[in-house]
Amino acid sequence: MKETRLGDFEEVILLLVGILDQEAYAFKIAEEFESQTQRSVSIGAVHSTLNRLGEKGFLTSEMGESTAERGGRRKRIYSITASGQRVLQESRDFKVSLWNQFPAFASGNLKIEWLNL
Amino acid sequence: MSKLNHHIDHKPPASAERLLLWFLHDDLVEEVLGDLDEKFFQTCEKQSLKKAKRNYWYQVIHYLRPFAIKTFKSKLNNITMVKHNFKISYRQMLRNKGYSLINIGGLAMGMVVAMLIGLWVNDELAFNKYHDNYDQIVQIFRQENDGTERFTSPFLATGIGALLKEKFPERLSDLSMIRSRSQSRVLGAGENRFTFEGHFIEAPGPDLLGLKLKYGQIDGLKDLNTIMLSESAAYGLFGETDPTGKLVKMNAGRELEVVAVYEDLPGNSTFKEKDFFAPLLRLFGGNEGSLNVWNNYNIYIYAKMQENADLAQLSTLVNNTIRERLGERADDRDSRFIVHPMTEWHKTEFRKDEVVVSQAYKFIWLYAIIGLCVLVLACINFMNLSTARSEKRAKEVGIRKTLGSIRKQLISQFYMESMLYTLLAFVLSLGLLWALLPWFNETSGKRMDAPWALTEFWLLSIGFVLFTAIIAGSYPAAYLSSFKPIKALRGTLAAGKYAALPRKVLVVFQFTISVALIIGTITVNNQIQEAKDRPIGYSPEGMISLRPASPNYGKNRKLLRTELMNTGVVKAVGMSNYPVISTLGWNGGFTWEGMDPGFTSSFNTITISHGYGDAVGLEFIAGRDFSEEFETDKNAILINRSAMEAMKLENPVGTVVRYAPGWTDPRNYTIIGVVEDMIKGSPFQQTDQSVMFLDQEFTSWMYIRVNPDLSASQALPEIQEVFNTILPEAPFNFKFADDDYMAKFEAEQRIGGLAGFFTLLAIFISCLGLFGLASYVAEQRTKEIGIRKVLGASVTSLWKLLSKDFTLLVLISCLISIPIAYSVLDGWLETYEVRTKLYWWTFALAAIGALLVTIITVSFQAVKASVANPVKALRSE
Repeated sequence: MKETRLGDFEEVILLLVGILDQEAYAFKIAEEFESQTQRSVSIGAVHSTLNRLGEKGFLTSEMGESTAERGGRRKRIYSITASGQRVLQESRDFKVSLWNQFPAFASGNLKIEWLNL
Repeated sequence: MSKLNHHIDHKPPASAERLLLWFLHDDLVEEVLGDLDEKFFQTCEKQSLKKAKRNYWYQVIHYLRPFAIKTFKSKLNNITMVKHNFKISYRQMLRNKGYSLINIGGLAMGMVVAMLIGLWVNDELAFNKYHDNYDQIVQIFRQENDGTERFTSPFLATGIGALLKEKFPERLSDLSMIRSRSQSRVLGAGENRFTFEGHFIEAPGPDLLGLKLKYGQIDGLKDLNTIMLSESAAYGLFGETDPTGKLVKMNAGRELEVVAVYEDLPGNSTFKEKDFFAPLLRLFGGNEGSLNVWNNYNIYIYAKMQENADLAQLSTLVNNTIRERLGERADDRDSRFIVHPMTEWHKTEFRKDEVVVSQAYKFIWLYAIIGLCVLVLACINFMNLSTARSEKRAKEVGIRKTLGSIRKQLISQFYMESMLYTLLAFVLSLGLLWALLPWFNETSGKRMDAPWALTEFWLLSIGFVLFTAIIAGSYPAAYLSSFKPIKALRGTLAAGKYAALPRKVLVVFQFTISVALIIGTITVNNQIQEAKDRPIGYSPEGMISLRPASPNYGKNRKLLRTELMNTGVVKAVGMSNYPVISTLGWNGGFTWEGMDPGFTSSFNTITISHGYGDAVGLEFIAGRDFSEEFETDKNAILINRSAMEAMKLENPVGTVVRYAPGWTDPRNYTIIGVVEDMIKGSPFQQTDQSVMFLDQEFTSWMYIRVNPDLSASQALPEIQEVFNTILPEAPFNFKFADDDYMAKFEAEQRIGGLAGFFTLLAIFISCLGLFGLASYVAEQRTKEIGIRKVLGASVTSLWKLLSKDFTLLVLISCLISIPIAYSVLDGWLETYEVRTKLYWWTFALAAIGALLVTIITVSFQAVKASVANPVKALRSE
């Protein structure tokens, strides 16, 4: 049974797949990751993660069109599955719930609580 | 359009792409290459080609991830397979403990013999290679007629050495004369005194021989009063310290300065066990003139020839030069001088004036062949024992094949098994080698070290193990893996009619060797016993011999004798000019009344003192011993029985013999006594005709007969006391005469020991072969035996049935081996004057022994097969 939890990096990649939609293939995702986070990443690392997300059932993929830049080679376009969307949802809900339990944000009197400690 | 141009101008690095394609999973190739290309061209456009290329490499390396890498399927599988095979082999081994033990033990025996013989051959082939100038050292030999035949001799005159030195300073450099034969001297430093063997040599000698120095100077022997010591001699005399500059006393006389200490010479050197080198001139008393004398042939000449010199040409040159100087004398005796290189010293020997392959070298190849044979036999036995159990493994093979094993896998399974057995046998053989080497060294008279630190040994061993494993595993691998699964499972696997034939031939072959070796061992021991049983003619037991190394010995001889007699522990004391166990003195020129005019033989001569007869234990058959009461005895002689017979004298006592040897004035002697023949030389030769003169002066050897009522340990301290009082400067170095006498049998006892070892081994290996065959046959006939039992056959009749065939095989081997053994041993015994007969019981004993061993070995299997429950045997279908 494959593990179905979502790692931090995996979550970002999954979100990027959603953002890029029809352009979601390894190279573009890596590009987008670099421009959005200002952190460098290798295509291989992204590809590996995409592969893993596919195995976990959060992504599906199919071969797309080819372009001249790719030497006439086709690209693999990824798209989020229903369970992928659900896991993203859950992840966000979980974090929101955590944020809500954070007293400084929940009650708006961060300083007082801080002094009380 | 511009984008298209890019494609033409720039391309991703080809080698990176090749690397990627090598490891990348086939399914991913298209998308990954596409992504990387896109990345490459983008970087190219935005940054530079160089950066793009570098980035491409970076991307490729980062694709080295589990998900993207091809599964190198076959490789991973093999490791599992090897593990599995290993496990099966290991379990198979544990299940049949006895069988495995025999199989591994047999192979280990074969290996250890091959190793021992390999070491021996290696040691022989490396003879003298210790010497740095091995390729260039030469010795000069002389070939002459002595009236009857031609002979070759290393003895030369110092004049020849001086001449060659003068004429050929380049062609024969570092020429050194060395006193012929090694010399025995007592060396003393402080309280420590020991007898050492060594050489007297000229100053360039040590450098020529390439002695490896621990301390001091290689050319130290330039001064007259100097000496070089071996490491062990230096340790004995001075302990751990550097002894250079210190003094040693030679024979309690002159003091010599130690100028160097050299590493002990190895056992496979012509100069082995030589513990000192002293200047040749020292031996000649410092007289320079003695280094250029032409009438005394008492030195060897060694020199170094030029690299790649033409030996034949050098020989001719040397020969011509010496003959020119010798003039007429050389023509009279037809002298020829030859240059004999060190590379040939051990490989060849001289027979008359011919160079022939030496005995030692012949034996190298003989032993190498024996070693190889033993190893091959052990391997064949290994195969035999494995295939004999094929029926047991047949089901396993059948099931494996049904479950989809391909033949290649089965073959590797059997090779794996053979590898495991061979490795275990190898480890066992290393242990055996460690245990046996000291014994082997002693028996073969060698000084070999175990080669643990030698890389070559380990490389060779690995090769050897692989070779053995492959050879030994090949037959089972090929044979067992070829079984048809259906047949194997149904149990209808029938071997062909002649399947047992190779095994039978092997058993006959092995037993032929074994029986021949048994006969040989018995005969060698018979031969030794024959010589031991001869009457010695004197009594070595209870007699000690010594040669006091002191300049004061001569004048104290009489005093010593009186004092020794006074102690009461000594029965008699006598002296002679050379040891009683040798035949060094030979003289001709004897004439007597009634002599056959054609008589020309010389006699073995010795001078003895009063009391010698009693001390040595001469047995008189006529007349009397020399007596101090008769002054006239100085003109008397004793002869032995052989001499009496050779002189054809009926009643020799009183016969007058004229003695004119040529080097002293002729004198007349009267025979006063005849003694029994004494075995002084080789006990395997007839005794020599000998004559004994009376003389008190030149008698450096002393013989003491200990009082027979006392033990040696009681008498020795008192005898030593006398020596220490009268000759305190000389060490009390004594020997028991019977030890010396027994040493005469050394060579024969060595052959006997080795023959015994090989015989035991051959019997062991033959038994393994037999065991293999017996178990094979028993397996083959399991059902037959079952049916016979059910129908009422008794255990005894079954045992007879199974043993009969083997007895026949061994009888055949006896028939083959007896004539072979007879002719070989007859030839060997021919070389001895005194020899044992080839008794018929020797052959009978060997044959009966072989049969007995056979029956025991076979019975083990036969009884097991006949007492087995027939139901089991029959149900196995």
